[in-house]
Amino acid sequence: MDLGPHAGFIVAAYAAAAIVVSALVFWVVADYRGLERSIAELEARGAKRRSDR
Amino acid sequence: MPLSELANPHRFLRRARVLIPALAVFALVLIGVGLVQGFRAPADYQQGEMVRVMYIHVPSAWIALAAYTLMAIASLGTLVWRHPLADVAAKAAAPIGAAFCLLCLVTGALWGRPMWGAYWVWDPRLTSVLVLFLLYLGVIALWRAIDDPSRAAKAAAILTLVGFINVPIVKFSVEWWSSLHQGASVFRLDGPSIHPSLLQPLLISAAGFAALFFALHLAAMRNEILRRRLHTLGILAAAEAEAR
Repeated sequence: MDLGPHAGFIVAAYAAAAIVVSALVFWVVADYRGLERSIAELEARGAKRRSDR
Repeated sequence: MPLSELANPHRFLRRARVLIPALAVFALVLIGVGLVQGFRAPADYQQGEMVRVMYIHVPSAWIALAAYTLMAIASLGTLVWRHPLADVAAKAAAPIGAAFCLLCLVTGALWGRPMWGAYWVWDPRLTSVLVLFLLYLGVIALWRAIDDPSRAAKAAAILTLVGFINVPIVKFSVEWWSSLHQGASVFRLDGPSIHPSLLQPLLISAAGFAALFFALHLAAMRNEILRRRLHTLGILAAAEAEAR
């Protein structure tokens, strides 16, 4: 596909979108895994909320 | 489903587990279809191929405004209705809205350079979107600056509501002041002024971006609930260790 004389700007815009969306997805997934791991570690050591007892 | 039903974090987490992957798949399909249709559509008679940037720039701008509006409504939920998940929703939306606002600014600059001859001009629309981005950063910084979550929630809610004045300014800036940025071409009283061959992929792409936002927002809300659970568990573990 010929994107014309300004192809570089179009490609750069889509690359920016891919980077921003990937960063957001990585952030929520990595944060979730880290939190789940930390909660599991604390619970394995016996920590429980009153509502969980 | 009444909002009060979602006040229970367990119920929210159960629903989020189903909704997040469903919304993510929906977003992927819609964005894919929108972009394929967008690249198959004819080039714009004035802008040529540069119009392809519209399929990511415009949805990013709409999401940036919608996310801030959601934060403002959630802030009312914190200050007025005291809904337990309102501040969670507001806090979770801020970084996502900021990211889409940044994407809007970057893609706008890349669109502006070949069309206007400049990456940036102190135009009312561009400047008000930059102010929106700075407001997002301010709200995020405020959440991080105050240790007590309930005080942080109230302070962030007040800043969010004060900053909401900028949302109509962004929307109407192109009508109120002389602007290099083009005027509204989709949400107009006399109907869209874009040709249907360009409008349809834009709307599909925008629906995909909206689904992506909601998937990310639900995931970020789930993380915030888990973070608070972790915080509580940490305090209980420390208290039990001290009691022994």
